[in-house]
Amino acid sequence: MSADHDGANLLEVRGLTKIFGTLTACDHIDLNIAKGEIHALLGENGAGKSTLVKMLFGSLEPNSGEVFWNGQAVRITSPGAAKKLGIGMVFQHFSLFEALTAAENIALSLDDGSPISSIAAKARALSFSYGLPLDPDSLVGDLSVGERQRIEIIRCLLQTPQLIILDEPTSVLTPQEADKLFETLERLRSEGKSILYISHRLEEVKRICDRATVLRHGKVVGHCNPREETASSLARMMVGNEVQAVVRAPVEGIETAQPLLEIRGLSRKPATPFSIPLKNISLNVRAGEVIGIAGVAGNGQGEFFESVSGEVLQQDAASVRIRGKDAGGLTITGRRLLGAAFVPEERLGHGAAPRMKLSENLLLSRHATDGKVFVSSGGMVRAAAIYAAAQRIIVAMDVRKSAPDPEAAALSGGNLQKFIVGRELDRRPSVMVVNQPTWGVDAGAAAHIRQALIELSRSGSAVLVISQDLDELFEISDAIAVMHNGELSRPMPIAEATFEKVGLLMGGAEPGHAEHTLEPA
Amino acid sequence: MDIAVNILLTIATAATPLLIAAIGELVVERSGVLNLGVEGMMIMGAVGGFGAGHLTGSPWIGLLAAIAMGALFSLLFAVMTLSLATNQVATGLSLTLLGLGLSGMIGTSFVGQPGVRLPNLDIPVLTDIPVIGRLLFGQDPIFYISIALTAAVMWFLFKTRTGLTLRSIGDSHTSAHALGIKVIRYRYLSVIFGGACAGLAGGHLSLVYTPQWVENMSAGRGWIALALVVFASWRPWRVLAGAYIFGAVWIGQLHAQAFGIPVPSQMLSSLPYLATVVVLVLISRNKRLTMMNTPASLGQPFVPDR
Repeated sequence: MSADHDGANLLEVRGLTKIFGTLTACDHIDLNIAKGEIHALLGENGAGKSTLVKMLFGSLEPNSGEVFWNGQAVRITSPGAAKKLGIGMVFQHFSLFEALTAAENIALSLDDGSPISSIAAKARALSFSYGLPLDPDSLVGDLSVGERQRIEIIRCLLQTPQLIILDEPTSVLTPQEADKLFETLERLRSEGKSILYISHRLEEVKRICDRATVLRHGKVVGHCNPREETASSLARMMVGNEVQAVVRAPVEGIETAQPLLEIRGLSRKPATPFSIPLKNISLNVRAGEVIGIAGVAGNGQGEFFESVSGEVLQQDAASVRIRGKDAGGLTITGRRLLGAAFVPEERLGHGAAPRMKLSENLLLSRHATDGKVFVSSGGMVRAAAIYAAAQRIIVAMDVRKSAPDPEAAALSGGNLQKFIVGRELDRRPSVMVVNQPTWGVDAGAAAHIRQALIELSRSGSAVLVISQDLDELFEISDAIAVMHNGELSRPMPIAEATFEKVGLLMGGAEPGHAEHTLEPA
Repeated sequence: MDIAVNILLTIATAATPLLIAAIGELVVERSGVLNLGVEGMMIMGAVGGFGAGHLTGSPWIGLLAAIAMGALFSLLFAVMTLSLATNQVATGLSLTLLGLGLSGMIGTSFVGQPGVRLPNLDIPVLTDIPVIGRLLFGQDPIFYISIALTAAVMWFLFKTRTGLTLRSIGDSHTSAHALGIKVIRYRYLSVIFGGACAGLAGGHLSLVYTPQWVENMSAGRGWIALALVVFASWRPWRVLAGAYIFGAVWIGQLHAQAFGIPVPSQMLSSLPYLATVVVLVLISRNKRLTMMNTPASLGQPFVPDR
């Protein structure tokens, strides 16, 4: 598929510039997207990809530069104007309404007057034909990240746009789901549609994209044909230097190590009619090891994390044990005081308060465990100590930001994630539970986070990672368990695990696989 | 039997202004805007309605003036909070204070003047049916408007596309903006609708309830309407139920006081508030429904980043 550069351009961007205060987020960006091509936009967090895309979708106004649509100069002043031109977008930070159903969410972005009942049927049909199953009547607030993304994609496709912008679309899909998505994208390309594809997964970009534009620090640093590049040469263009590979030293004698986190027969009734019940989950995480939990989005991982972290308390106090003590009846703070640390899936609103500064967010999660350091005996907050600790984390995790102590919401997703993970690592917790550690995070930052988790385990902590990214789990785990329909499989040592085996378990090949019991410790 | 009918009629009269003001505020809050100025808009509607009725002699012109006054006054709130993105709580509170003061000033010359009353419905034969005749076909026009308005708002919010759009804005204005929905325009229209309703409720006070002008005659009804919306978890039929429970207990305790029941009058006066809160809390026990119906972006100023 070769792109015609001479006049078949659907979209042409000339010298697009966006300045926030002193930061030039996009600096004279040039970009051509031909009809019927899949064009990759590559770059690290903070390279200006999101800013560029927001300008193309009308939610940000450029300071200077021109945009041509089918050869005509246009000004895209609002998302509505972008939609009229024929630009559709699948957001990375979802633009869904939690209190509405999937069908209602879809209906809202369609301009025709078709009744909601027919949209539900249309959405269901489309979602199955593209292999992204969707229940139109479910409430978005009850859905997992992966399921929400399906709604975003279906919603965009139902609008039949000419140009579809996808921001990190596969970061929460299973390999099979991603394959289905690629088929969809190829089908759209054959229909003459253009796609602007933002991803940090370079293998994917090599596989489906016709051309690539690489951004670094707000500037275009190169155009290339990704098929002629290697993953490492693409990474080098993005980062400007080599990405460190994650190193995982094998662990010896883990069988005799002390289990620091023990889950024993954990069950939970569904909290809402749409959520998944947990069925008799048992798992030991020992000092020095990383255990990964794989699974398709919405199979109970969220419910499991809530139960382990103490967001939801257990009836049976012994169903969650931290460092040998029953913790099932303890709150998050109680479990933290036992030496555990938790990083939830949602960065904004759950992992961090969006409108509060990083230092304030640090205090929010650590006021109980580090009370003596951060709060004086009179109950006054020690701002200087907190600020210093925040800066220490920022340096340790290489968090990039535009101000010394910015609001959490001002950071890009990956940088905020580095801060949130760093905030917990900084305590040297003996038990660390992380849900989706690198969702939407670029290669460089993800490698940094993964390496940090491995190092934490090797220093004698128990690390439990819940992730939908199989590459990630195979990179960092010593054993992988699979969650399906609220049941957890027996952890498979990494030496025995293959993509195929794990993929089969993710699809539910072993129903009732929770029935196993732990071997005596 | 006549006594029972009379009591029911007074309950309806007491509940109607609460219902209308609360339904208007419900639409405003569903769009994600918290307008605490209901009391101020209501009293402005009352003085405007009385004034126009008194000067022209037509209660119908008074009614229209009350609606216009409430809408106009709410426009002030809309410009401040939506175009200038001021704090909604502070702006709403000042709107109430301004309305109470301004209406007193406007109404100085109206004090003690005779008012005009909207005539009750009177349909030959139908109104004369014993018992239900007067209840169904013999009340003031605003009573019928209030019931029709509740039904219309229910239908609008949950059955129409525009209603869905309005609810989506209340749930997340940033998501709505990202979809190309004109957030500010919807909110302007909602706030003005809420103002018109509050004005109409005020008009009911000075054109039906007590057809005369008394300073501060809204007597906290705007605040009750605001509380009803929250305790009814933003659902129209619950607002209706709440308004009528409040009206019923209010009238009931007045009769009890007149009867000379040996309970301190302060206790009795607090009953309507207590009963309404208890009943509405009991019917809002379903956490899931409450979560679905609470406008998540309520009270947050919206400034699209450019």
